[in-house]
Formats: sequence, structure tokens, C-alpha cells
Amino acid sequence: MNSTAPITDSYRSGPDDSGHFGIFGGRFVAETLMPLILEVDRAWQKYRNDEDYLADIRYYAEHYVGRPSPLYFAKRLTEHLDGAKIYFKRDELNHTGSHKINNTLGQILLARRMNKHRIIAETGAGQHGVAAATVCALFDLPCVVYMGETDIERQAPNVFRMKLLGTEVVPVTSGTATLKDAMNEALRDWVANVEDTFYIIGTCAGPHPYPEMVREFQSVIGRETREQIMQYENRLPDVMVACIGGGSNAIGLFHPFLDDSDVDIIGVEAGGMGIDTGQHAASLTGGQPGVLHGNRTYLLQNDDGQIRDAHSISAGLDYPGIGPEHSWLHEQGRIEYVSVTDQEALDAFQVCCRTEGIIPALEPSHALAHVMKIAPTMSKDQIIVMNMCGRGDKDVFTVADALGEKL
Amino acid sequence: MTERLQVRFEALKKEGRAGLVTFITAGDPNPETSLEILNGLPEAGADIIEIGMPFSDPMADGPAIQLSSQRALNNGASMAKTLEMVSSFRENDDATPIILMGYFNPIYRYGPPGFLNDAISIGVDGLIIVDLPPEEDDELCHACLTTGLNWIRLTTPTSDNNRLSSVLKNSSGFVYHVAITGITGTRSAEIEELEATVKRIRTQTSLPIAVGFGVKSQSQVRDIGRFADAVVVGSALVNTVKSALERDLAKQQIASEVHDFVKELAAGLR
Ligand SMILES: Cc1ncc(COP(=O)(O)O)c(C=O)c1O
Repeated sequence: MNSTAPITDSYRSGPDDSGHFGIFGGRFVAETLMPLILEVDRAWQKYRNDEDYLADIRYYAEHYVGRPSPLYFAKRLTEHLDGAKIYFKRDELNHTGSHKINNTLGQILLARRMNKHRIIAETGAGQHGVAAATVCALFDLPCVVYMGETDIERQAPNVFRMKLLGTEVVPVTSGTATLKDAMNEALRDWVANVEDTFYIIGTCAGPHPYPEMVREFQSVIGRETREQIMQYENRLPDVMVACIGGGSNAIGLFHPFLDDSDVDIIGVEAGGMGIDTGQHAASLTGGQPGVLHGNRTYLLQNDDGQIRDAHSISAGLDYPGIGPEHSWLHEQGRIEYVSVTDQEALDAFQVCCRTEGIIPALEPSHALAHVMKIAPTMSKDQIIVMNMCGRGDKDVFTVADALGEKL
Repeated sequence: MTERLQVRFEALKKEGRAGLVTFITAGDPNPETSLEILNGLPEAGADIIEIGMPFSDPMADGPAIQLSSQRALNNGASMAKTLEMVSSFRENDDATPIILMGYFNPIYRYGPPGFLNDAISIGVDGLIIVDLPPEEDDELCHACLTTGLNWIRLTTPTSDNNRLSSVLKNSSGFVYHVAITGITGTRSAEIEELEATVKRIRTQTSLPIAVGFGVKSQSQVRDIGRFADAVVVGSALVNTVKSALERDLAKQQIASEVHDFVKELAAGLR
């Protein structure tokens, strides 16, 4: 076999040149936006393998973000669940407290090479907004973050953090005033400011090349995990678990393992009040394919193709879509997608605090809730790796409220 | 291809004037009022009618059209009702070209082949689907042209000559030039620059050129009508509906305020 031939039976070869993962992905944007998307794509193709660019990313990842993040054996949780060995990939220890900065760093270094002097971003939980505001402060670029009014209320600490970092937070009141509307508003800003502005999208969604670009920046999580688990266990894990909002922390952990057929991979969507209540954010479990925000993917929508509002206790998972690569992996059957309710996530959140001394974000608490379901059914020599993609400082008010405590 | 657009542009040429394209959102603020507005547009001076198919996430539109979509959806608008509305308009008017404008997802859910057949059989003449650029022509554009409906595309101030040729390639009916970089209904264009761009587009196509986005007044309509084949007014009309609603006007009054404004705009071209 010729080793330079493209591997067509790989789960890691997408997207194709036009940005498709099977029927998903693509470039469904207005002509007003098209020149901008093409410009980003040209820059991305030019620099993605550029030694100087990659060295820049590595430098800041190590000295500023604090990579590599530890792969930590959660001994007490493992004992508590009395089953498989549980490891946390601790991206919550990154500067700014989540995986989001892996992506904002990659994108802002690209924006600088494109001579863009103004940054815009959308945010839901505010973690991506904070990560964008942080790198903008670091590189001295003005930053505008669009955030739904509903999210501004429930993520107040992050709103203030962005302000401290010198970012302008613009409240979005259109539509349902949540993350999807913030993304609409950022896109509107972008078409009106074509010359100088770069749009840092926060998850592996949007028009091509964003889903691929974000995945590449987040894949550092999976690459490190692979090295670390080989070092500690001398083998690959049996199961990997991550939560899914748009899917960037998940694809970042999973992508380097997609062709390892012995590794079971599970994505956990936000089941909100329960899938049958309609109050959830589980696009794969409870949605159908559609087109929004520049790509075809599974969406929460009604029969008329109007986008439905998502619901989750976790603002970071509260999005009615999912990255197109996940839709494809779902239909290929490579990744299993499950959902976990608000209540199950809250329970897991508290278990984690007490057994491990780690206050997790509500997003990875969803992943943890699923780990708590499967670990006891597995044998003690099996290994689970879970992405602890964010810390819970931002969520203490929400959790206090849910537990009926007044702060 | 349906012929109403071609016939209308030829007639306008004979008259020696540019046409007025009026945009309304289907079902805004409710089905009855919207139909009343639609039915009176030709008499008020609209030469071509563009009907927005409401969508929950209209990412290329400004606040005015977003709000009109929201009003329509809150009052029960749907793809089926939009088509019904065109169908009842056609009972009394078989000459005014009708273009449906919208986003792909509602069509994708409806089912593209069924949608195209239903649209042409009730008398639609063309489609503008904002989020289907030439890169995605396999989704709807090819089937649309085969069905005999016009496929109308947007050109923008940032479309360079390379981009123009791919945008114009599968365009038919007319070319819709976006006067500003940005979303509908916000700032207005500089006339000289706009004229130069329209001239540049003419060197690449023989299709009529309509200009829209940010056109709000009779004087703008008159200025643009001197070099374009048609002028599109959207957000300003939709805002007329909004302002009438804020004053609690009845259905007939809302419609007649819209029609009065259309008369005023149309006078700029005569
Ligand atoms: C900690 C954390 N995890 C997960 C997410 C969800 O995003 P994604 O699915 O792209 O990782 C967010 C989004 O704000 C987040 O803050």
C-alpha cells in the first residue's frame, strides 16, 4: 500500500475542501459574508502548518495558559463509584478556567497575521467571552462580545470579568436573547465591519473553516491525553466522555482517538428538564438536520424549520445546534451521544466537590453524571477519561439558587 | 422560466423608468393585515413584490426586518401560510412578479422539491435565499432553475470581479445589488460609489440590476433610479407597519399607511 495515499476509511479525514463532513457542515452564509469567510479560509490554509505560527501558539500555550494540563487519576471518586478507573483531563486549570482559551489563542494569533485590528465574539456562559477578552488584552486589540440578555443575568461574574479585561459587552435582546441570538448579532457586526474585524467563534460550529479550525486548536487536549495515558497506564482508555454544547471540548479530546476502534467515545448533551418535556439542549437526541449559522447540522426546530429555544441549567450548553462534525460522527455511529438532566448534573457537581475537592463547571458536571452511571458497571481494570473542561466558580450562584440557598 | 419578471422589466424599459420593488414580511403583523397590504401594493405603485418568509434567526437582516419576522411568527406565520397568501393575491393579479426571500432552513424542512413545485404552481416568480451562496448551488439553485423559477442573488460592495462571475453564473431574473456593507435597514450608501459599482456589474451581466439595503426615502429612490433598473425598499416599509401598530391602528389603516408610503416612493420614479 502506498503510504501517501489518502486514508478514506478514517474518521479523521474530514472535512473535504468545501467544508463538508458527509452532508453536514458547508458554507451557508449570505453573500455579504462570503468574502470574509474566504479570507479567513485563505489565511487558515496558509498558516495552519506554518512553523512560526505553530511555535507562537505553543509558546503562549505553555507560558500563558499553563499547558499541558494534568491527566489526573480521580482516586476517591473511583473508590466511591467502585468500578472503572476514572481520570480527569484537567483543562479547568487553564488560565481563565476552561478549554476555551486553547481556541481564542489560536484564532487571535491568526487574526494578527491577517492584520485585523478589532475582535468580536459571541458568548453564552461567558467562558468564551472571557477567553476572547483575555487574549485581546494580552495582544492589545479592542474586543466586542455579544451576549444574550438572559445570559448576562445568569452569568454576572463573567460579564464583569470581561469588563475588567477592557472588553465591551453588548447585550443582545433580539430573538430569544440567548447564545444563538448573540451569534446572529456577531455575524451582523462582522458584515458591517468587513475591513478590520476578525470574528472569533467559540465552538466548532459556523461556516467552514471554523469547525475544522476550532477542532484543530482544541485537539491539543486529546494529543496530550494520549501521551499521558500511555505514560501512566501504557494503554489507551476504554471509554472517553465529554459534555457537548457546540462540541469543541469534546471534539478536542476525541479527535485524536477516532480511529482507535477499541476506545468507546461518548458525548453528553444537556437533557435539561428531560427530553420528553421539550425543555432541553440535546440537538442530536432531540433534533433534526437543518441549516443555521453557516452549517448544516442537527438543530432543535419545529416542523416549520423555525429554531427552538434550548434549555439547560448550564448556560454553556444552552445552544440549539451542535458542530457539524458531531452530526456526522453521530450518523456514522462512531460516537455515542447520550443526555443527562439538569438534576443529574447538579448531583454530580456536588459529588465532585466533596470527593475530589474540585468545583466543576456545570458543563462538565453533565459528563461526570454520565461517568457516574457507567463507571459502576465496568470492571476495575478498565479506564475512563473524562474532560474536566471548566471550573465552577462562575456557577456558584446558579447552583446556590438551584439548591435553594441564598448567598 | 416564469415570464412575469422579464415582461415587467421590458415594460419598464419602454416607459423609460426604473421599477419599484417593495418588500413586506408575510404574515406581518398578522395574516389578514398582511394580505390586505399585499393586495394594495400594485395599485400604490409597486412594480415587483418581494415577500419575506419569516425565520426565527434572520442573520443578514437588521432590527426592523427581524422584528417583523418575529411579529409574524408570533401570530402564526408558516411556510404554508406564506404560500397561501401568494395564492390569494394571484386570484386578482397575474401580472405583478412575486419574489420570495428568506433563509434555507424552513425550505429544507418543508422539502426542497415540494417547495419548488408548490411555489411555481401558485404563481411565484423567483427566490432569493440569503444563506445559499454559489458554493451551495446543489442544495436548491439548480433544481430551482430546472423547475422554471428565477434564482436571484445578491452582489455586494465587496464582490470583486472574480467573485462577481461566480455569483452571476447561475443568476436569473435580475441581480440584487446590496448597496452597503452590512445588514438590511441600517446605514445608507454614497450615491457616486454606488453608481460606479453598478456600472462595473453591468460590464459582466445583461440582467437588470436592482439596488437595495438602506433605501428609505423618495429622494434616495429617485437618485438610485437614475442608474439602476429597480430600487428595493424593505425596512422602511416594515417600519411603517411597526409605527402604525404602536399607534394601535386598525387593519385597514395600517394597510393604507403602507400604501401611502409606497405611493410617495413610486412618485420618485415617475
Ligand atoms: C466549561 C465549558 N464547557 C463546555 C462548554 C460548551 O462548549 P463546547 O461544547 O464547545 O465545549 C462551555 C461553553 O461555554 C464551557 O464554558
